[in-house]
Amino acid sequence: MDLHHLTDEPTAEERAAVDALLGPYLENGVSGREARSQRHLLLPALHAVADRVGWVSRGALGYICRRLTVPPADAFGVVSFYDLLSTEPLPPLTVRICDDVACMAAGCDALIGDVEKRFGPEGASNSGAAWLRSPCLGLCEQAPAALLTSAGVKPRVAALAPAALASIEAALANSAEAALGNSAGIDVDEPCSLPQAGEPQLRLLRRIGRGDPLDLDAYRGAGGYGALSRAFDLGPDGVIREILASKLIGRGGAAFPTGRKWEAVAREPEHPHYVVCNADESEPGTFKDRVLMEEDPFAVIEAMTIAAFAVGSEQGYIYIRGEYGRARERIVAAIAAARAAGLLGADVMKRGLRFDIEVRRGAGAYICGEETALFNSIEGFRGEPRNKPPFPVRKGLFGKPTVVNNVETLVNVLDIVTNGGATYAAIGTPDAAGTKLFCVSGHVAQPGLYEVTFGTTLRALLDRAGGVRGGAALQAVLVGGAAGAFVLPDELDAPLTFAGMREVKAALGSGVVIVFDQSVDLAAIVRRIARFFRHESCGQCVPCRIGTVRQEESLDRLALAHGAGVDDEMRLLHEIGQVMRDASICGLGQTASSAVESALAKLPVFGAGRSA
Amino acid sequence: MSISLDTGVRFSLEIDGVATTAPAGATILDVCRAVGVDTPTLCYLETLTPVNVCRVCVVELEGARTLVPACSRVVEDGMKIRTDSERVRASRRMVLEFLASSVDVSLADDMQRQMKRYGAKPERFGAEARTVRQPVKVDNELYVRDYSKCILCYKCVEACGSDAQNTFAIATAGRGFDAHISTEFNVGLPDSACVYCGNCIGVCPTGALMFVSEHEMREAGTWDEARQTKTDTICGYCGVGCTLTVHAQDNEIVKVSSPADHDVTHGHLCIKGRFGWKFVGVKKRRSDG
Amino acid sequence: MFGAGGGTNSYQEVEDTDCIFLWGSNARETHPIFFHRVLKAVRRGAKLFVVDPRKTVTAQWADSWLAINVGADIALANAMANEIIRLGLEHREFIANATTGFEAYRACVQSYTPERAESITGIPAETIRAAARAFASSERAVICWTLGITEHHNATDNVLALINLALLTGHVGRYGSGLNPLRGQNNVQGGGDMGAIPDRLPGFQALSDDAARTKFDKAWGVTIPPERGWRLNEMFDAAERGELRTLYIVGENPAVSEADRHRAEAILKSLNHLVVQDITLTRTAEMAHVVLPASTGWCESEGTVTNSERRVQRVRKAVDPPGNARDDIDIVCDVARRLGHDLGSPTAQQLWDELRTLSPMHAGMSYARLEALDGLRWPCYDENHPGEQFLHARLWENPVRGPRAPFNVVEFEAPVDEITHEFPLLLTTGRRLDSFNSGVQTGQYTSPLRRGESLDLCPQDALRFGVRDGERVRVRSRRGSVEVPVRIDDTVRPGLAFMTFHFDVQTNMLTIEANDPKSGTAEFKATAVRIDKLEVGAATAGE
Repeated sequence: MDLHHLTDEPTAEERAAVDALLGPYLENGVSGREARSQRHLLLPALHAVADRVGWVSRGALGYICRRLTVPPADAFGVVSFYDLLSTEPLPPLTVRICDDVACMAAGCDALIGDVEKRFGPEGASNSGAAWLRSPCLGLCEQAPAALLTSAGVKPRVAALAPAALASIEAALANSAEAALGNSAGIDVDEPCSLPQAGEPQLRLLRRIGRGDPLDLDAYRGAGGYGALSRAFDLGPDGVIREILASKLIGRGGAAFPTGRKWEAVAREPEHPHYVVCNADESEPGTFKDRVLMEEDPFAVIEAMTIAAFAVGSEQGYIYIRGEYGRARERIVAAIAAARAAGLLGADVMKRGLRFDIEVRRGAGAYICGEETALFNSIEGFRGEPRNKPPFPVRKGLFGKPTVVNNVETLVNVLDIVTNGGATYAAIGTPDAAGTKLFCVSGHVAQPGLYEVTFGTTLRALLDRAGGVRGGAALQAVLVGGAAGAFVLPDELDAPLTFAGMREVKAALGSGVVIVFDQSVDLAAIVRRIARFFRHESCGQCVPCRIGTVRQEESLDRLALAHGAGVDDEMRLLHEIGQVMRDASICGLGQTASSAVESALAKLPVFGAGRSA
Repeated sequence: MSISLDTGVRFSLEIDGVATTAPAGATILDVCRAVGVDTPTLCYLETLTPVNVCRVCVVELEGARTLVPACSRVVEDGMKIRTDSERVRASRRMVLEFLASSVDVSLADDMQRQMKRYGAKPERFGAEARTVRQPVKVDNELYVRDYSKCILCYKCVEACGSDAQNTFAIATAGRGFDAHISTEFNVGLPDSACVYCGNCIGVCPTGALMFVSEHEMREAGTWDEARQTKTDTICGYCGVGCTLTVHAQDNEIVKVSSPADHDVTHGHLCIKGRFGWKFVGVKKRRSDG
Repeated sequence: MFGAGGGTNSYQEVEDTDCIFLWGSNARETHPIFFHRVLKAVRRGAKLFVVDPRKTVTAQWADSWLAINVGADIALANAMANEIIRLGLEHREFIANATTGFEAYRACVQSYTPERAESITGIPAETIRAAARAFASSERAVICWTLGITEHHNATDNVLALINLALLTGHVGRYGSGLNPLRGQNNVQGGGDMGAIPDRLPGFQALSDDAARTKFDKAWGVTIPPERGWRLNEMFDAAERGELRTLYIVGENPAVSEADRHRAEAILKSLNHLVVQDITLTRTAEMAHVVLPASTGWCESEGTVTNSERRVQRVRKAVDPPGNARDDIDIVCDVARRLGHDLGSPTAQQLWDELRTLSPMHAGMSYARLEALDGLRWPCYDENHPGEQFLHARLWENPVRGPRAPFNVVEFEAPVDEITHEFPLLLTTGRRLDSFNSGVQTGQYTSPLRRGESLDLCPQDALRFGVRDGERVRVRSRRGSVEVPVRIDDTVRPGLAFMTFHFDVQTNMLTIEANDPKSGTAEFKATAVRIDKLEVGAATAGE
């Protein structure tokens, strides 16, 4: 291409970071379509630079563009899309403090106030470090949460949860020392909260908490890779038959039958086929996939391998949200171990299957959890969703037939293949087979990840979590996250199934259960949700780009309105909600008003239930 | 994009209760136009790949959970479509109101017409509603970029990019309401990859992108389309044979465009065709004549 | 080509082909809207090969850039043929059925091994082999060329070498396969169509064809002499010899655009009578005894032009011409009247309709149809004829209708202007995106891209000749010299320099009037030059 490049030169460090990823620069390298086909390396290259120096300068972006034959304006569009990448100078150390729903319930505002007093305003560099606000970090069971990123030769992304001013100060000091080579680096304890660990009825979580998750021998000793072995015996059609029979439904929020997806891709004549694991878990309040990846990484890899075998794919991608440092490290290590053991690669288990997995890392964009936005992100474009149809099973990653499954969905596959689809289908209720993970946070005695059989009531789940913390009165439960709905104390007997939640005008979504006691200002929570969507809208389609702004503005006005003004705003909010739901391109816009409308309809703070 | 409609297969479908047929590969918009249903579009252009981002063309498709964009939804046999239901009208009106409440759409003639048609009242979001208002960018002799008028229809990005020019001088940057059309690091056009083909201006539906000549006449109050003639002719430069539409006012060329439906250009020109006409009116010719 | 001179394919076919050779064409800059089609094909999956001494913006899009030494095109084409035949990829059926002279051609290209061609062209043998394989094995393939092929002393042989390749592989006469010269000016094709060639009547009818001539004699009420006329270069030669004393120039600026400008100016000055009809007072017009101010063809008058896909298109009057400027037709008729011939006052349409009665290939192109259909491609024999999309389909009929297409044996010849120790650099010329020819028209608008004339050198040569970016130097050829700033540009290779002729710098003071004997085109593309530093006591290459 006849690209016009920036004249700014990269620093030696930036160049080294890019070269470490792409290899040394050759003057007369590739040309034509070969040169243009490297765009999918754009996001990894941007990460490489940000990891090394903390941000993406003109020189660095220009160098990446020359290396990858990407137009600089396009690359700028990409880098400016992601929260975790900055085109403005940022110090090598940053602390992102979550101010999202679950952390609000845990008092993050006070923490942020302290941090502001100690370190100055948001974004300002203070002795080589800066703090920033962040949407949900997926550490809700340990709220309030913060995320430390340190750039350098040994970059690190580490969670600080629960975070306090003292722990943030200590981590920054420690990291600064590490950058100077004076210490081994930050070592933050990241406990996982599995109150059920070790309980015999667990299926998805049964391996968790039983030793080193990266010990492949232990995984195999506990039956790991038995499912893949069985899959080889069943053959691709047999595997798909079992998945269909299991009635497994996707756990990412869209609730689509997994078997039908696999079957469709397997039948597509166009090749290659891809298997993509959607690990861009970003729905506020959700952390289940993080725990699965951190604590049971081989299960994810084995399940992807089964999917690949079933649909005829040789290449898989796992797209892990950028904030999940430990999950990524473990998945990367587990892939390496699996490859070394012949469980990935040219001849998996010597059964003639060629399959490998590449890890891709998100960069701070909720929208990339939308499957087609995720494809665009992998391909090196802005994470803007594509119009559907065509669906991913026909035109997915790189325009090819693609199976895309959520982490939790995939882990279910292991038991289905091992024990048969019929056995699996018998668990749970007729319309919702199997077990489901719930991310319980907020004002409960024991926040954490819970696995329950479909059909369990919300009340039973809350009881299992020890009920409202301190025995306080329940105000409401937010089910499904920012894209979800509020459930009131008198609706707790609703069963946790797709139909059961519909009864109370809610949806299971990704399994978020955030509990609010009476101390919480729910109007503020609702405004935070509106802000979340305004911030996370990709900006592509009008209903969502502008609707999320108008929704937030209207809620702000509503907080001050009285009399007829209230009714006007409510009417306007309904209209805004309707056009976003009806006319947005993707699920983000279509659900950006769900919690707001639920709040208007149900919550007393918005006048609901006053008298009809 | 031209779609090959010639597979011979025809689907039966219903639009607003009227049965019709359409060739396989046609979009709902194609069918609407064929049967004379006035369907508003903003981001759609025949010569560009549909991005279906403005959502003003949405229609109600029986059995679909949401409304669907007519511009890019390909017809299937048995589709039942409503283009004028209350739900459709509400969506279209809201989209127009959203845009008009954030963007200066005073020069977007077709949009003004549609706003009237759907009774759009953008002022109801209040005086404090966020807008994209910003200073006009004038950084070169040929183009003016007034992004206060940008509805983010992506047409300029597509025309500059893989749909025509493949220069990629501009792209969408930022996210959400802050998403905007930008060069790399927002550098001025002279420092960018821009080759001044003017194809972005050619596809801009709102006057956000404009030739300096037109901008200056508008500023001076002398731009008067009622007094202008438009004449199709062939570019006088290379041998490709691009059709130019010469816009003349008072016997002076004031602008050159190209018809989108022309087989040679598809509406696109190069810098010479677009701007190389100045010599026609230079004084030297006059005085020597 | 094989009779009528025009590209064989429509633009749409270029979009739909599988393999594109842009040979001596910087279409990205010189034919930008045509290049959109190339890009569509590339995005669809077609392979793009660009043959150019410079890594132009066009070459930067190529899957393979064949960085050829200036003037080595025949060696490359023959070597590709050598490889195609070696691999047995020639289209034997087509060759047997539709061509003549294959054996002689085969014998000729036998000595052009890719290795030998590498030493002539500078292109690695492996790259030549790959290009040959791709061209021959593609289902559809087109070769498009521009002045990189034709501005050479052996221009016609260059074109024949390309035609040979198409015949060898059967890449002609089919949808998406063919040979296409991209015309440099908006009516080069139309001028040829109308008979502005010394040995042709309108519609490419041969002047030597008695029947055709008689038809025109009858229509025009004159007797057309059967002898071919002069080409421009022949006119200049005749003027130099004193045989031609009066010249009437319409819309040309040879004082600037001719090679070896010193000579061109001297010849123009020596004429007894020079009439120039043009839209502005060009350098040539300044030398004229009589200047006839004309209206601008594309926006101040009515008529037609023909583009590079043979499409005849209407030009229309959008504005009145300034002052006394008049339509070319009116001027010509007035001049004729003063010379004692009343041609009446025909409109453009009346003239066109007369042409349609005389040129069968234009017969079906009424103004009404041209308007309604956005033009028509010739040949278009009657008003029901849609116009031919591609030419020479007859070559695929068995037996072939009409004459078979001949292979022509052509051999490589180096450019005339020799590179020596004294003139160590090869200067080639071309256009830039925002400018056109001598700049008479494009010089009047402000282009943010324009940087003025420069001598483009690669960094290595700048070092070798001790010059800096932006430094003014004197560029000297065996014919003249000009002063110009240096620009360091890595699209040129060591030993190669580049200039345009868009600006005040008189580039054609340098170029050589080494004309192709068949087409009369000068070798603008290859001039031996040296660089003289301007500063006193400069380190290198003094006077």
